[in-house]
Amino acid sequence: MQIRYFAWLRERVGTPVEEVETSATTVAALIEELRKRDERYAYAFEDMSAVRVAIDQELSEMDAPLSGAREVAFFPPMTGG
Amino acid sequence: MSVSVQQGDFDVAAEMAALRAGRTDIGAIVSFTGLVRDSAHGEEISDMELEHYPGMTEKALQDIEAKANARWPLQATRIVHRFGRLSPGEQIVLVLTASPHRHAAFEAAEFLMDFLKSRAPFWKKEGTGDGGRWVDARDSDEDALSRWE
Repeated sequence: MQIRYFAWLRERVGTPVEEVETSATTVAALIEELRKRDERYAYAFEDMSAVRVAIDQELSEMDAPLSGAREVAFFPPMTGG
Repeated sequence: MSVSVQQGDFDVAAEMAALRAGRTDIGAIVSFTGLVRDSAHGEEISDMELEHYPGMTEKALQDIEAKANARWPLQATRIVHRFGRLSPGEQIVLVLTASPHRHAAFEAAEFLMDFLKSRAPFWKKEGTGDGGRWVDARDSDEDALSRWE
């Protein structure tokens, strides 16, 4: 599965995109896996009220299932316009 | 309906002319242009970096545009959103709405901007003296959105 990071999440994790092998069944479980992997992820995901997720480019929820997902993206609240 | 996500600048007059080219049924066009300001929170801004999510951005803008067209009797809409590094005074975003009467055009333009603010995957980083600062989403932007629900 491909994971993308944007804005300060990208800066904290240190990469815009990475390929990850995971058995996580939900977004929340995936974040837990990442957190345990390295301090960079723990730092990126320290305040979950400021993290949004998209699954295959559709805005989604943290408890959403990951089955069949090809691309998961994490980013802060959007500031367009 | 038409959406562009681009690095380059846009020409408001040319966009408006294209929107109404060859038609005489349009009664009103509302145009909104968002610009980079030179200060925020009393601090000088040297530039603004606009990051976006290629692919999702286009889909999100098309979805927002379709929502507006489903809600108001619009004859044409156009959204142009830039990304990359922009300087104070530069244009960031253009929204055009055309309808037979002005009310629909005014309301739809506000609706589109309210959705762009917090539902289009863009992130702004303001260049300041101490490096840069990611712009926080504002509660007032969420409030602006909730009035359309």
